[in-house]
Amino acid sequence: MKHAAKFKFRLYVADNAMNSVEAVANLTAFCRTHLPERHEIEVVDVFREPKRALADNVLMTPTLIKLAPPPLRRVVGTLSQSVTLQQVLGLEPFAA
Amino acid sequence: MISLGSKKKHASNPSQAKAPTGIPGFDEMTGGGMPHGRTALLVGGPGSGKTIFALQFLVYGAEACGEPGIFVAFEETPQRIVANFQTFGWDLQKLQPKKLLFIDAQPSPDLIQSGSFDLGGMLAVLGERVREMKAQRIVFDALDIVLALMPDGASKRREIYRLHEWLLAHGVTAIITSKDDGDETGATSTQPFGFMQFMVDCSVVLNHRVVLGVSQRNLRVQKYRGSAFDENESPFVIGKRGFDVAISRVLGRVDAKVTNERVTTGVERLDTMLGGGYYRAASVLITGFPGTAKTTLSGAFAEAACERGERTVFVGFDSDGTEVIRNLASVGIRLGPHAKSGMLRMVSARTITGSAETLLVRIKAIANEHKARCLIIDPVSTLSKAGNELTAHGVAERLIDWSKSDGITLVCTSLLDEMANQTEVGTPLQISTLADTWIHLNYLVQAGERNRGLSIVKSRGMSHSNQVRELILSDEGVTLTDIYSAGGEVLMGTMRWEKESAELAANEMAEVAAKLKLLNLDAEEAVLEVRVKSLQTELMAKQVEKTLLNRATESREGELTRGLHRVRELRGADKSLAKRK
Repeated sequence: MKHAAKFKFRLYVADNAMNSVEAVANLTAFCRTHLPERHEIEVVDVFREPKRALADNVLMTPTLIKLAPPPLRRVVGTLSQSVTLQQVLGLEPFAA
Repeated sequence: MISLGSKKKHASNPSQAKAPTGIPGFDEMTGGGMPHGRTALLVGGPGSGKTIFALQFLVYGAEACGEPGIFVAFEETPQRIVANFQTFGWDLQKLQPKKLLFIDAQPSPDLIQSGSFDLGGMLAVLGERVREMKAQRIVFDALDIVLALMPDGASKRREIYRLHEWLLAHGVTAIITSKDDGDETGATSTQPFGFMQFMVDCSVVLNHRVVLGVSQRNLRVQKYRGSAFDENESPFVIGKRGFDVAISRVLGRVDAKVTNERVTTGVERLDTMLGGGYYRAASVLITGFPGTAKTTLSGAFAEAACERGERTVFVGFDSDGTEVIRNLASVGIRLGPHAKSGMLRMVSARTITGSAETLLVRIKAIANEHKARCLIIDPVSTLSKAGNELTAHGVAERLIDWSKSDGITLVCTSLLDEMANQTEVGTPLQISTLADTWIHLNYLVQAGERNRGLSIVKSRGMSHSNQVRELILSDEGVTLTDIYSAGGEVLMGTMRWEKESAELAANEMAEVAAKLKLLNLDAEEAVLEVRVKSLQTELMAKQVEKTLLNRATESREGELTRGLHRVRELRGADKSLAKRK
C-alpha cells in the first residue's frame, strides 16, 4: 500500500428500502476490510434530493458511484458480491 | 344480454375521462383516447411504431390539451429521438423542457451490477419532475430494457408493481411501451409483460407484417377497461404527420349529410343524361379499357369544378401532372391556369410504394391540406396492385366512406382489363357496387375504326338515360352525340357520319324534286287557266252569235209573215187560210 489514494464514493439510496439498507451495510463493511482509513462515503437519498439523482442520471437504487480515483465507475445493486466490487474498483492486486 | 355492448358504449363516455391521443382513427376507435389518469400498455415488435405512437400522445397532450408530459427513454438518447421526429414536423424543441421533458434513462453500457436493485431512484426523480412540471402524461419507452437487467421474474414483477403503484399515486396518464416476441397470439404468454397486460387498464398491440411483399401495419386494442372499443385489427400508417389509423365505419356513427345539390360533369350532354349532373359528395366511377377517355372525362369534371371555384385534387397514377395538363389541353380542357392559381392540385405517383393503406392516408392528407371539395383518382384500380385484394377492397371502401362523410365529390376511374372480362361484371376492387354513379366507356370496333361509346350503368337516386352515346373528342372539347341506330344496326364514327350525310343528301334531293313538281304543276295550272279563259271567250262569242242568229231569223220570219200578210191583204185571201197557217 504504497500510494494512499483516497476512494470517494457516493451511494444513492431510496430511503430505507431493503436494497438500500443492505447496500449501505455492505459498502461500509467492504471499505472497512479493503480500504481502511482511505475512503469517504456520501449517502444520498433520492427521495430527499431527487435533483442530485437526476444530475447523476441515477435511475436504479441503490447505485454506487466511485468518484475518485478515476475512472468513474458505477455499480448497481446491494453490493453483496465483494469480489465483483473489488474487480470494479481495481483492487485485485491487494485482494490476495 | 345483447344490448349490453351499446349500453356500455354510451355510458362509458361521461363516466370515464379520456386523454385524447390526437392520432386520427385511434381516438375514434376507443371513444376518445387513452384512459385518463391510468396506465396503458403498448406492445409491438421492432419497428412497429411504438415510440411514435407514444410520443405523438405526449406532443398532442402538450400542444392541444395543455397537459405537460415526460418521456422516459430507455432505448434511445433524447437527442436522437428529437432528431428522428423532426421529420414529422413536430417542433419538439419548442415544447422542451416546460411542456415536454425527455429523461435519458438508458442503462449505461459500463454499468456493473452487484446484487439486487430497484427502480426507486428513477421513480423518485420522476416524482419530483411530475410535481415541478405538473405533468399529466408520461411515457416509459421500452421498459423491457431496464427490466431485462433484473435477475429474476420475481424482481421484474416487483418493479412493475412498484411502477404501477407510483403511477396510480401520481394520477398521470401513462403509456408503457414494450417489445413483444413477435408472437401473433399477443404478449399474454410471455412474462412479465403478460402479467403487465392484466395490470394495465388498456392494452394496444401493434404489428408489422409483410403480405405479398407489401408491408402492412395493424393496430389492435386488446383490452380497455370500462370502455367500449373497436376490437378489430385496424391498418395504420406512419405518414408524414405521424400515426394514422384507418378505421372503418363503426355502427351507429352518424350518417353523412346528404344533399340534392348537383355538380356538373363538365360535359353538357352527360349532365343531361344524368338529369343534371352528379350529386354533390357522390362517388362516381368511370370504367373502361385503356384509352377510352377516362382521364379526359375526369379532366372535364376537374375543369368544371375549378371554374366553379371549388378546390380540387387530381391524383394521377398513369402519368405526371404536367403531362396530364398537356394532354388534356389537346381536347380543349384547360387545367393549366387552375393548377397555376392553386385551385387545382395535381398529384402524380407513377409507381406505387407502400401499401394501399399508405396511399389512402397520403391522399387523405393531401385532400385535407388542400381543403378539396372535389377529388379525382385516376385510376383507382392501382390500389389493387399494392398488397392483396382484400386490403385494397377495404381501402376502396374507406376511400368512398371518407369522401362521403367529408362532402367531397369523388371521381374515380378504373381500368378494366380488356383481356380478362369483356362483360361489365364489375371492377377489380368491387367499387362498382359502392359507387353511386357508374359510367362505362367502351369501344366499338366497326368498319376499320374504333369509336368510343359512353353509357351509364347505374346512377343512384336520379333518372338517367339508358342510351349509349358516342363520345367525341375534339379541339373544342368533349361532346356526346347520339349514335345512329336504325333497323337493328348501331353505327358510330365515320359510318354514322356517312349514313347521316347520305340521309341529308337524300333529303335535299327529295326537296328539290318536290319543288320541281310544284313548278310543273303551276305551269300546267296556268295553261289550263288560259284554256278556260279562251273557251269562255269562245263560249261568249258563240252565245252572241246565237243571239244574232235568232234575231236575224226572227226578223226574217217577221218580214216573211208581214210579206204574206201583205200579199194576202193584197190578194184578199181567206182569213181562215191565214189562220191555219
